[in-house]
Amino acid sequence: MTLRRILIANRGEIAVRVIRTCQRLGIETVLAASEADLDSMGARLAESTICIGAANSSASYLNVEAVVAAAIASKADAIHPGYGFLSENQKLAKACDQAGVVFIGPTLEQLDAVGDKLKARTHAAAAGLPGIPGGEVRSYKEAQRLADQIGWPILIKAVGGGGGRGMKQVHDVNELAATMEMAMAEAQASFGDPRLYIERYISHGRHIEVQILGDGQEVIHLGTRDCSIQRRYQKLLEEAPAPNLSETLREGMHRAAVSFARHLKYRGLGTVEFLVDCDRDTFSFLEMNARIQVEHPVTEAICGLDLVEEQIAVAEGRKLRWSKNEIKFSGHAIECRINAEDWTHGFRPSPGTVSRATFPTGQGIRVDTHIQAGAKVPHYYDSLLGKLIVHGADRAETLQKMRRALSHVCITGVATNVQMFAELMGNDEFARGGVNTAFLERFLQSRNMAA
Amino acid sequence: MKFTNEDVQEILQLLDAAKYDELYLETARFKLTLRRNRKSGEWSQETQVVVAPKILRSVPLADSGSGAESAVASAEPADPRKARWTEVRAHLPGTFYRAPKPGALPYIEIGSSVEENTVVGIIETMKLMNAVHAQARGEIAEICFDNTQFVEKDAVLMRIKPEAE
Repeated sequence: MTLRRILIANRGEIAVRVIRTCQRLGIETVLAASEADLDSMGARLAESTICIGAANSSASYLNVEAVVAAAIASKADAIHPGYGFLSENQKLAKACDQAGVVFIGPTLEQLDAVGDKLKARTHAAAAGLPGIPGGEVRSYKEAQRLADQIGWPILIKAVGGGGGRGMKQVHDVNELAATMEMAMAEAQASFGDPRLYIERYISHGRHIEVQILGDGQEVIHLGTRDCSIQRRYQKLLEEAPAPNLSETLREGMHRAAVSFARHLKYRGLGTVEFLVDCDRDTFSFLEMNARIQVEHPVTEAICGLDLVEEQIAVAEGRKLRWSKNEIKFSGHAIECRINAEDWTHGFRPSPGTVSRATFPTGQGIRVDTHIQAGAKVPHYYDSLLGKLIVHGADRAETLQKMRRALSHVCITGVATNVQMFAELMGNDEFARGGVNTAFLERFLQSRNMAA
Repeated sequence: MKFTNEDVQEILQLLDAAKYDELYLETARFKLTLRRNRKSGEWSQETQVVVAPKILRSVPLADSGSGAESAVASAEPADPRKARWTEVRAHLPGTFYRAPKPGALPYIEIGSSVEENTVVGIIETMKLMNAVHAQARGEIAEICFDNTQFVEKDAVLMRIKPEAE
């Protein structure tokens, strides 16, 4: 079926980004917005906007009934859930099914298979992917026993978590009880599921992921992304392809991601995340994200596809429009996530009103944002203001271009982390490429000491 | 008319060949300013989508309790003794929580003894949980907000009286 009207159940830059593709394809858009976002850029750009509840996400963006009611009221054929919020929510997929609305995402079974991180680990093992030693723990005693077995330090993760949320590192047994208690509470509050599992903590790891696209039969990969620049498991900068990676490792991850998706008969856009152990030069399966991701534009830059367009095509029931051999990669791309955070004061969130927003423009420069003069940055939601994506012939050129581009970003009214990226571009270790997930914290510390 | 990034790129190519350093375009839908940096020759843009949103009627059942009502900070203390109490203020705007998780016991009650680094509550801002520390030693004398209430930055959350009192 051809989709003619899509309800976008999200906000911020991703809502704007989805609207733009829909408009290019001649698909009408309805934005499902909370009371806090009725005046947002997304609301202005969409053909129409429907209010789904109060500013608090639990009353609006996380409210399945309200989202589905909005789709029905606006006579939308489909719901695009974006990322975060209900994007991997099985209740929404089920409710869409019952209401005869297309859910732009994988099937209910696939959401279940990857949304539950323990099931995902089992599926990955069944598909032959290497995994990190660990497993579910129901009590402190169990956790202690398993941790002693796999070796300290460990990571505690929420079964319902993902995207870096619900993860805590535990160095030794003394911290275990308190950290577990807090992790369980947070998992319950954030994901409505208190279950936890633990994994061996890999001290020198790179977070590398493979973008895949499936139609339920065929699966293709769209290359790697390196997301190792993180602070407290939140990604801040991503690049494609992952630099300084042996071809054996890269090919291995491509194959593993495709095998995993084939094993699930995956339909839609997804990302298989791996942790590369720099000391051992091996990779392990981490999790799969069954949605479009924040960092998708770096992949789009190097492979030339519009991933939202491909998502829509697959949701319409079409076969993949590209074969493996038709995907050609060119150049290197880097994305900086511009957040409303005061990075000089412990990354303190900085909600408020943007007074002015100027961005660079030119060949190979892309800005995905919902921010303009007068835009409100509510405290209810995450702090992402926009993404600056730069594409160049190679990594060195891209870094140079990013440095120039950052100098033309000017956002006033809220604090941002733009200057942090500018300093990062001048860092030798980062410029060499292939840093691990501990790098950014070290970079920030050294900078504090220098100051 | 829809306006895309490709359109901007095309305009830039035209401008690159021309002698102009600034372009301002205003329609009923948007305002666009393109500016060339004289030194580097690089362009920056400022866009403003000005068209008003077309709001459909609200979804009726969307009203299911937000829980987080905004509240006004309590009035100044009338009791002169209170002048010596230390105020614990919100370092961020956000949702105030008195307990570590729903259903759990609050961090503190009236009469609780606290040290400088005692956690007395949480403020959730932009999906981050920020611990509120007492930052004074003493006894909790007053709590000004209920659980899940919205607090402005610098709102007085509670007051601490010196233990000697």
